This record gives sequence, C-alpha cells and structure tokens, in this order.
Amino acid sequence: MAVILAAFACGALFGAGLVVSRMTDPAVILAFLDVAGNWNPTLAFVMGGGLIAAVPGFVLARRRAKPALAADFQIPTRRDIDGRLLIGSAIFGLGWGLAGICPGPSIAGLATGATAFFVFVPAMLAGFALHALAERVLARK
Amino acid sequence: MNDFTPYSALIGGGLIGLAASGLVLLAGRIAGISGIAAGVFSARGHERLWRAAFVLGLVAGAAAIVHLSGIKVEVRSIATVPGLILAGLLVGFGSRLGSGCTSGHGICGIARLSPRSLVAVGVFMVTAAIVVFLVRHVMGVPTWP
Repeated sequence: MAVILAAFACGALFGAGLVVSRMTDPAVILAFLDVAGNWNPTLAFVMGGGLIAAVPGFVLARRRAKPALAADFQIPTRRDIDGRLLIGSAIFGLGWGLAGICPGPSIAGLATGATAFFVFVPAMLAGFALHALAERVLARK
Repeated sequence: MNDFTPYSALIGGGLIGLAASGLVLLAGRIAGISGIAAGVFSARGHERLWRAAFVLGLVAGAAAIVHLSGIKVEVRSIATVPGLILAGLLVGFGSRLGSGCTSGHGICGIARLSPRSLVAVGVFMVTAAIVVFLVRHVMGVPTWP
C-alpha cells in the first residue's frame, strides 16, 4: 500500500513538473528540435533541472541495500548497445519529431482537455500493444 | 527565442527529477513513463497497481497545476488527426522497442550515466531534429507563430 501511495505522489509531482516546465505544449518541444529555425532551449533547461534533482537520488540509491518501502531495487543493468535500442529510439524520434509529444506529456496533457492528447494517447497505447504482439510473434519463431 | 522560459523550465524540471529520485528511493523503480504506462496493461497484481497509481498521479498533478495554480497553460499543436495517430503509434512502438523514452532514458538513464540511455537519447534527439527540419524547412509546413 505504501508503494502505491508513493507511486501516486511521485506521479503527481512528475505531472506537475511537466506542466510547469511547459513540456505539455508541443510548440515548445518542436521549437527545441528546430535547430535550424527559431531555436528554443527550454527543453534543455528542463532536462538540466531534472538531472540536478535526479542525480542525488540515484547516487543515494546506489549506496542503499534496498529502497525505503519496497523489497529491492529494479534498475536496469544492461550496458550493451543492440539493434532494438537503436531502431526503437529512432522510431520514437520519428514520432516525437512529427507531433512534439512524448509519453509523459501526452498523459499529463489529458488534464488540459486538449484534443491532441486524446487522439495521441490511444494511438500510443496501440503502439505499446503492437510492440507486445511483435515480441510475442518473434519469440515464437 | 522570445518563447524561452528558463526559470519555469528549471523549476518544472526540478519537480520531474525530484519525482524520479522519490520513486527510486521509495519504491526502487525507474520513473520511465512509457514502461510504466505499458505495464498498466501488461503487468498483474501489485505491479499493475503501483503503475496505475503513478499514471493517475501524473494526470492529477498536471490537473492541479492546470486548474488551481493560475499558471497559463498553452497546448499549441498544429498536427492533424492522422498525423497525431501516426506519431502516437511510432512513439508507443518505438519507446517499447528502445526500452524507454524522454523520461526513462532522458532523465533517469542519464542521471545514472547508463551508456544505453546516453545512446538512446542521442538517437531520438537527432532523429526528431531531422524530422522537424524536413517538415519545416524542406516541406515548408508552417511553424507556430
């Protein structure tokens, strides 16, 4: 139960941060990606602020045997660069560059009531399902 | 650069980073939104519940700022419905295949200096910038005023 409450609280903090930093405005994202146009570095400052607050958390986590409310840490340990990582990230980048919307802001953005997110989120969920299906088909071979 | 808002970016980014720190120190998990959101459908039991709670929190926290803070929240999207559907499919599929998105790789992965995340962020940033360049400067689709 404590983990569920903590997850809700962290989600809320995350969602608040996305709106405050204007990451729910696709025009701000696209202006960051538009390096040949009227470039807007806002997104870089969001990442900077995010890293300033996230690095101490992960440094502290590394020194702990287990998290405060759960049995163990589940942090990725892989270090290899494989085809899935490269191709998946490139496909992600295609979609991100087209609309200027990524998963966090799309879900948080539902709170604004803007139509774009209500179209984007179901399509993204379908993308998740397509991936699960593709992995299942590949595993069967 | 008249739309550059460094202070709210740093403050909002700080809240995002604090959420990532909180989730790892309390629950031992990475605050990667694509993985968490997909897990709401694929995971079972407690694994599904905490993910659902996080997603609900994401909307609730955003709603609190939108409706209670008095901050002016803009959503300027010029993408068409087919464009949004295509983008959503690509973002959903690609983030799962690539094991993460702007939060899991971009914030958490870089914060722990994961080589996979550094590469993923480089690849999706460059790809997205190329798409924006082609759409805006080659195809000439108008930008937001």
